[in-house]
Amino acid sequence: MSAPKSEVVTLRINGRVVTVPEGTSVAAALGTGDALVSRADLSGRPRGPLCGMGVCFECRATVDGVPEVLTCLVPCREGQEVVTDA
Amino acid sequence: MREACDLVVVGAGPGGLAAACHAAEAGLSVLVLDPQSQPGGQVWRGEARKRENRLARRWLDRFAASGARFRPGARVVAAPEPGLLLVEEGTSSLAVRYGRAVLATGARERFLPFPGWTLPGVLGVSGLQVLVKDGLPVRGKRVVLAGTGPLLLAAAATLHRHGAEVLFIAEQAPAARHWGFALQLWRHPGKLLQGAALAASLVGIPTATDAWVVAAEGEARVERVRLSVRGHEETLPCDYLGAAYGLVPNLELAKLLGCEVASGAVVVDERLETRVKGVHAVGELLGIGGVDQALVTGELVGHVAAGKPVPTGLERSWRAVRTFADQLARHDAPREELRRLATPETLVCRCEDVPLQALDGCRDLREARLYARLGMGACQGRTCGAAAEVLFGWTGEDVRPPCLPARIGSLRLPSPPPHTRAS
Amino acid sequence: MSAVDCAIVGGGIVGAALADALSEAGMSVALVEARSIGTGTTACGMGHLVAMDDNAAELALTSWSVSLWRALAEGLPRAVEYDACGTLWLAADAEEMAAVDSKVSNYRAAGVRVEVLDAAALYEAEPALAPGLVGALRVPGDAVVYPPLAARTFALRAQARGARLMTGTPAQALRPGEVVLANGDVLAARHIVLAAGVASPSLCPGLPITPRKGHLLITRRGAPVVKHQLVELGYVKSAHGTEGASVAFNAQPRVTGQLLLGSSRQPGVGTREVEAAILERMLRRAADFLPGLDGMQALRAWTGLRPATPDGLPLLGPHPEQPWLWLACGHEGLGITTATGSARLVADQLLGRSSAIDARPYLPERFLGRTPRQVAHA
Repeated sequence: MSAPKSEVVTLRINGRVVTVPEGTSVAAALGTGDALVSRADLSGRPRGPLCGMGVCFECRATVDGVPEVLTCLVPCREGQEVVTDA
Repeated sequence: MREACDLVVVGAGPGGLAAACHAAEAGLSVLVLDPQSQPGGQVWRGEARKRENRLARRWLDRFAASGARFRPGARVVAAPEPGLLLVEEGTSSLAVRYGRAVLATGARERFLPFPGWTLPGVLGVSGLQVLVKDGLPVRGKRVVLAGTGPLLLAAAATLHRHGAEVLFIAEQAPAARHWGFALQLWRHPGKLLQGAALAASLVGIPTATDAWVVAAEGEARVERVRLSVRGHEETLPCDYLGAAYGLVPNLELAKLLGCEVASGAVVVDERLETRVKGVHAVGELLGIGGVDQALVTGELVGHVAAGKPVPTGLERSWRAVRTFADQLARHDAPREELRRLATPETLVCRCEDVPLQALDGCRDLREARLYARLGMGACQGRTCGAAAEVLFGWTGEDVRPPCLPARIGSLRLPSPPPHTRAS
Repeated sequence: MSAVDCAIVGGGIVGAALADALSEAGMSVALVEARSIGTGTTACGMGHLVAMDDNAAELALTSWSVSLWRALAEGLPRAVEYDACGTLWLAADAEEMAAVDSKVSNYRAAGVRVEVLDAAALYEAEPALAPGLVGALRVPGDAVVYPPLAARTFALRAQARGARLMTGTPAQALRPGEVVLANGDVLAARHIVLAAGVASPSLCPGLPITPRKGHLLITRRGAPVVKHQLVELGYVKSAHGTEGASVAFNAQPRVTGQLLLGSSRQPGVGTREVEAAILERMLRRAADFLPGLDGMQALRAWTGLRPATPDGLPLLGPHPEQPWLWLACGHEGLGITTATGSARLVADQLLGRSSAIDARPYLPERFLGRTPRQVAHA
């Protein structure tokens, strides 16, 4: 069994152009920047993904205009726009 | 949108896949719902694409050929009447009519609050592992792992393989309990092989029993971790911390459907049927037991759903798995010190930002919810509920719809209304 | 243990407000609650503080109570979420708009400030509403609170004055001068007030109180969708019908940015589970008024059992056949609104004080004892 061909997708996170291997989740792609941050808490402090499994709701962000998407459950796609509030 | 099936399987981890394969191969129309984009659950996450794990590959291939239909990104949000599930898929909604149901919703990590656990870069143990499997770049990153049991080693192996510098593995269990458990693995050859493989890949990573995270520190993200290691405190600068203490089953859907739950597991009969007729439970819902239990119980239910006799070998295997699971539960039980790490300012509920001190004077979960908003936010108490059980001994309340936050449109009943018979 | 001046059985918002009022007047008080303060029907309500004008007695009690809340507002902790958002009574057609005129005169006669909004003013105030509404009546003095913490605040104020909060203490029987507790203890009290909501008949058989089930749903935090509490004028018909289940549109902005949605009423239904068919009717009705509703994120749905009386008014005063027993129960969906006024009325009677409003319409004797059929309607 040969390893699947490595392909990449390009998306934008808060306007920053990010290229990641195909199959990367949006939550994982958030970690390509300075810090793994997805949202702000009620006091405005940054938060990042915790559970990675769609349970904790910490990784929520706006994906292609849809708010509150659990980014750990969504694969990166070409041309995707991701916006975090932190 | 609507779907109808003989058997609906909620959760596409090993248990759900095994049940779905047997039922579909026997000719039933089977629909499998899972919130992820591909089948495999948490344990085989990404395997549908990477095809690295042989066991996963075998089941995923069998599933693909079984005739069972898979709906990715599908989250069950309500169960308005017997035989009907309301499901949310991204921005659309789905009503699923079913004859029989298999709940294979798996488990999540148990998080216990400590100062700094809300900092970005602090994740669960499996949480960090999952993100790395999903593409989080960790090459050259310094990582500390703290938790308990075999999952800790599995996560360390994944991180190591992806180029992370795993600085330290803190196992909370006392040495005697830990090594006693490790010796028990001799009785479980499958487990032993996994354990040996893991150990081989972890050569050179400092590991200690009687060790846990005291605090994570940093400004806008974790920068260093303070650990208690066999009674001494150590500080390690790091980029990521994975910290969690074992697993707890995802019981919400079972509770919503009215299944009886006792001692943290769904009550089932020998056909793995819950107290609700036609609803079965498999895998972690029966008590944390890992892949082996998931496959054995999934196959067992698959036979039942298909109306075939259950091979006695399966029943024997399940009993053996339960023995291992009970040992695991004893090993992973969080130690007393972990209940006292949070300071008054440490947030317990991460959705509503409820600090420990806000719970002063609360006597039970209902008071904590109503007076302090504990568990009243987006995750519906999934994270803080398990913590509150360890910290205070508070157990959960009834589950009401929606069992996950959902668009109101996803809670609307399919028309014509389901009560057409009653008039 | 020495006898207290007054034992209040039931630590919902009415019992807690009464404990506050009596302890303020210097009485020694014990508040006996089976579970926790403000966590029963109190916690299941919307928390509206709304002047209602179905009849003169209801308007007198609700408008006075709302003004008492307003006077308290400054001193309430922020977590009680007192929000003077006001109410908009929505008119869907000319007939309902005509009903606004009679409401205007009712409210003004009772000293309640109101203003009539035409369609343009309504949509300027609440742009999220569905088109086609003809206008609204605005009651700016109405407000909302977070009921469990409001109740707890009352109870803690009483406790600070020496009142005993006996939570986790179910009462088993009431006798002259004694509350018999489920644990076998006996609490001696000079006066006993029964304020146990739907549980009241179990401690005083024969009370004309039946459960009326209601469903509610709250959304996740987000940008506010509406600014006022919104109620359809059809609510009045629906809320006080006695036959069968009914629903009406009622939406409320919370200070958290959540939207709280009601309402349903099921007379005589005492089960607690969320019923899909009722929830569906309630959501369908709400979506008629808020077209964007289906896209909002639901967080939780729940039910509450309101203690309903045959005439929709609470029982406030002495039991005519058991003069040692006082009643403060049967508030149905207005327990939060009228907790302040109800507490004052009962306290005034217990203390022999005069009240700001006529207490007679709420006396239990309209149903109990010597004049069982003579309903005192003002």
